[in-house]
Amino acid sequence: MQDLSLVLPEIVLLALACIILISDLFVSRNQKWFTFACGIGALLWTAAFVFQLGMPLGAPPEIAFAGLTVIDGVGTILKLTILISAAIALSYSWNYLKKHGLDNGEYIALTLLGTLGMLVMASSANMLTSYLGLELLSLSMYALVALKRDDKIATEAAMKYFVLGALASGLLLFGMSVIYGATGSLSLDTIFAALGTANKTAVALGLIFIAAGVAFKLGVVPFHMWVPDVYNGAPTAVTLFLGTAPKVAAFALAYRLFSDALSPAIADWSIILAVIAILSVVVGNIVAISQTNIKRMLAYSAIANMGFLLFGVIAGGKEGFAAALFYAVTYAITGLVSIGILVLLSARDVEFDNIDDLKGLNARSPWLAFLMLLAMFSLAGIPPTLGFWAKLSVIEAVVNAGYVWIAVVAVMASLVGAFYYLRVVKVMYFGEPDSGAALALPSRGETLLLSVNGLAILALGMLPSALLSLCVKAIQNS
Amino acid sequence: MLSLAIWIPIIGGLAVMTTARDKNANLARWISLVTALVGFAVTIPLYTGFDTSTAALQFVEKFAWIERYSVNYYLGVDGISMWFVMLNSFITIFVVIAGWVVVEKKPSQYFAAFLIMSGLINGAFAAADAVLFYVFFEAMLIPMYLIIGVWGGQNRVYAALKFFLYTLLGSLLMLVALLYLHNVSGGSFEIAQFHKVPLAMNAQILLFVAFFLAFAVKVPMWPVHTWLPDAHVEAPTGGSVVLAAITLKLGAYGFLRFILPIVPDASRYLAPFVITVSLIAIVYIGFVALVQTDMKKLIAYSSISHMGFVTLGFFLFAPGGVGSGLGIEGGLMQMISHGFISGAMFLCVGVLYDRMQTRNIADYGGVVNTMPKFAALMMLFTMANAGLPGTSGFIGEFTVTLAAVKQGMFWVGAAAALTLILGAAYSLWMYKRVIFGDIANDQVRALTDVTPREFWMLVVLAVCVLAMGIYPAPFTEVMHKSVEELITHVARTKI
Repeated sequence: MQDLSLVLPEIVLLALACIILISDLFVSRNQKWFTFACGIGALLWTAAFVFQLGMPLGAPPEIAFAGLTVIDGVGTILKLTILISAAIALSYSWNYLKKHGLDNGEYIALTLLGTLGMLVMASSANMLTSYLGLELLSLSMYALVALKRDDKIATEAAMKYFVLGALASGLLLFGMSVIYGATGSLSLDTIFAALGTANKTAVALGLIFIAAGVAFKLGVVPFHMWVPDVYNGAPTAVTLFLGTAPKVAAFALAYRLFSDALSPAIADWSIILAVIAILSVVVGNIVAISQTNIKRMLAYSAIANMGFLLFGVIAGGKEGFAAALFYAVTYAITGLVSIGILVLLSARDVEFDNIDDLKGLNARSPWLAFLMLLAMFSLAGIPPTLGFWAKLSVIEAVVNAGYVWIAVVAVMASLVGAFYYLRVVKVMYFGEPDSGAALALPSRGETLLLSVNGLAILALGMLPSALLSLCVKAIQNS
Repeated sequence: MLSLAIWIPIIGGLAVMTTARDKNANLARWISLVTALVGFAVTIPLYTGFDTSTAALQFVEKFAWIERYSVNYYLGVDGISMWFVMLNSFITIFVVIAGWVVVEKKPSQYFAAFLIMSGLINGAFAAADAVLFYVFFEAMLIPMYLIIGVWGGQNRVYAALKFFLYTLLGSLLMLVALLYLHNVSGGSFEIAQFHKVPLAMNAQILLFVAFFLAFAVKVPMWPVHTWLPDAHVEAPTGGSVVLAAITLKLGAYGFLRFILPIVPDASRYLAPFVITVSLIAIVYIGFVALVQTDMKKLIAYSSISHMGFVTLGFFLFAPGGVGSGLGIEGGLMQMISHGFISGAMFLCVGVLYDRMQTRNIADYGGVVNTMPKFAALMMLFTMANAGLPGTSGFIGEFTVTLAAVKQGMFWVGAAAALTLILGAAYSLWMYKRVIFGDIANDQVRALTDVTPREFWMLVVLAVCVLAMGIYPAPFTEVMHKSVEELITHVARTKI
C-alpha cells in the first residue's frame, strides 16, 4: 500500500488516460473540446499529486517496488516541469489541431501516455524502469508524429524517427545488458556500488552504448539526424510537445543513468559526452544558420541547446547536474514560447513554416513579436533573459570542473548561434509585412497564457535565484 | 539613488512602450521627456553629495541577488564612474529632444528603446558586481540592435548585425574570464575581490586578452573598429549620439575597472602593445577621417581617433614603474569631453540631415548663408573637436600628451600631438566645405535656420563644452582620489 501511494501520480495519469480514451468514443465530433479539457485537467491533476507528494523539497528519497522507482527531489522537479509543459503545450495546440482535423481522442491519449512514460523515466531507480518509461514515451511519440497520416512528409518523418529510434533503444538496451553483465545488477544503486570492482573493459563498452542511446534521445550530434526531419515533418503542435517535455525527460534519463548509477566511472563517460556536446553546439549552431524553415532552424537550435545541457552533465557532481537541470527547465519554458507562437499563429492563418513568414510581425502584432524576441534572446543566451543564466550556470560548472577550453568553445559556438536567432528578430522587426492583411490573432485566453509564459522568461531572468536554488536543492535532495 | 538612476528610465521606457499606437505619439514624447528629465535630476545628488576625499565606492546599495553564485545586486560609484552616470543621464535628454518630431516610424518604441538603453548603461557604470555589470553590458545590445535595425538608414540590417556580433564576440570571452576569476577568487563576483586575487603571469595574460577583446571592440580600438563607422552611419541621430557619447566610454571604463587593477602585471607588460595600437588609431584613423565624404562617417572615424587618446592615456606607465596617474586622468577628461563634443557633432549632422536627407559633404556648401545661428554653434563644436584651447577637447588631449612627455616617452607624446593637426584638418575642412562658400544648390538655399528646440539643445551642450574647457577643476577633483587608488593597484604586483 505504501508503494502504491508513492506512485499515485502515475496511477492517476494512467487511469485518466484510459478513461479519456474510452469516454472519447461517446463524445461527438464537435464536442471534442471536452476531451481536450479533460486531457489538460488530467495533466494538471497529476501535477497536483506530484506536488503534494514531493513538495516542499527536503524529505529523504523514498524507494518503492523493491528498488524499481524512487521518489526524490529531482524526480519531483522534473515531473512538475514535464506535466506543466505538456499541459501548456496542449493548451496552445487546441485550435491548431482543430484546423488540421487532428482534434481526436487519440491525440490526447497518446500525449497522456507519452507523459506517463516521461514520469516513469523521471523517477526510475532501475535501468529496466528507465527503459520501460523511455519506450512508452517513444512509441507514443512515433504515433503522434505519424498522426497526420495523409501527409507525406509527416509519414516519412515518423518512419525515420521510428527506425532510428528503435535502433537507439536497441543500443541503449545492449549497453544496459553489458553493464548488467559487469556488475550483476540492473538497480542503479547496486551498479553504483559495484562499478569500482567491475571489469573495466566491459564497463567502458557498456558506457559507449549507453551514451549513444542517451545521445539519440537527447538528439545530439552525431545522433541528431532525425531531429530536423521530425521537427519539420510533424504537425507543429506535435513539434511543440516533442520539443519541450521530452527534452526534460531525456535529461532525466541521463541524470538517472550517469549520476545515480555510473558516476564512479565519470572519467570514462565524460570524455565521450564532451566530444558529443562540443560537436552538437558547433554543428547545431553552424547548420542552423543556413536554414530557411523555422522549424528546422529550431531543431538545430535544439541540437545545440542539448549540447549545452550536456556540458552540465560532463562537469558532473551535484553542481554540474544542478546546472543541467536548470538548463532543462529553462529550455522547456523557452521552447514553449518559441514553438508555441508558431502553433498559435498557424492555427488561424497560413502555416508558419518559414522564417520569412514572420516578416513584419512587429507591425502586425507588437506583443507577439516582443514575446518571440524574448524567446529568441533567451535561446541565444543574452541577459536579462532566463537563457543567459542557464548558459552561465553550465559554463560555470565546466569552468569549475577545470575545462576552461570547453567553456571557450561553448561561448564561441553561442556567438555563431546568436546570428540565426538575430535573424528571426531582424525579420520580425526590420521587415515590412508582405501582405497588408491583418493577422488572425490568438484568442484572449491563449494570449494570456502565452504572455505569462513569455514574461516568465524575462521575470525569471531578472530574478533567477528562486528557480536556481530550487534546482540545486532538488539535486542535493536525491 | 543609483537604483533610481537605473530604473526610472527603464520603467519610463516600458510605460512609453505601452502607449504603443502611433496616434498617441505625443503622449509617448512627453512621458519620455519627463522620464529623461527626472532620470537626470536624480543623478544630481551624485555630484552634490560626492565625497572627494575618498576612493571608496559611494552611494552603495547591496542586496543578495543570486545566492547560489554569491552574486549581489551591488551598486556604487567612485570618482571614475560617477561622471559617466551623470553624463549618460544628461545626454539621454538630448536624445529624446533630438528625436522629438523627426521620428515618425513607431515613435513610442523608439523612445522606449532609448530610455531602457539609458537605464542599462547607468547600471553598467554603477555595477560593483561583475555579473551585474555583465548583465547590463550585454542587455544593452538588445535595444541598440533594434535602434539601428528599425530606425537606421539604407544598410541598417547589415550594420545592426555587425554591431551585435562584434560586441558579443568580445563580451562572451569576458564572461569566461569572469567565471575563471570567480573560481580562483573562492566564489565571489565582487569586482573589488577580483582586484585582490593573486594570479600567475600566464593566467594574467590570458585574462588580459579576454578582457581586452571585450573592451577594445567596444572602445573601439584599431583594428577591431570596423563596426563603428557602419553602425554610426546607419543609426538614427539619437543612436549615433548614444553610441559615440556613452557606449564607447563603457569600453574605456572597462579598461580602468577590470583590466588595469585585475591584471596589473600583464597590463604593465603589454603596455607598449596597447600604446602602439592606440597611436595607430590616433594617427592612421585620423588620416582615414580626412578622406571621408560622408559627414557621419567622418565624425565616426574622428571618434575612434579621439578614443585612441583615451586608451593611450591609460597605459602611459613610466619605465620600470608606473609613475603618476596623469595619463589616466587625461584619458578620463578626454572621455567626458568627447561625450559632449561627439554628441553635439552628431546632433549637428542630424539637424542638417533632417532638412536635406543627405549626409554627403558634397551636397552641401554655403549653409552659413541660410543658417547663420546653426553655423556659429557648429563652429564651436568643430573647434572643440579639433582640440582648440578653451574648449573641453583641449584639456584631455593636452593632459595625455603632457603625461607621455612626463613619463619619459617623448616620441609617443610627439606622435600623439600630431593628431591635433590632423584633427584640426579633417574637422575644419569638413566645416569649410559644408558651411562656407557660396550657396551650392537650391536645396541649401531653401534651408531654414534652427528651430528653438534645436537651438537650445545645442546651446546647452556648447555651454558644457566651454565650461569644461575653461574650468575643468570640478571634474578632476572628483576623480583624483580614485585615480590615485587605481595607480597604486597597478603598481603592485599580483604574481
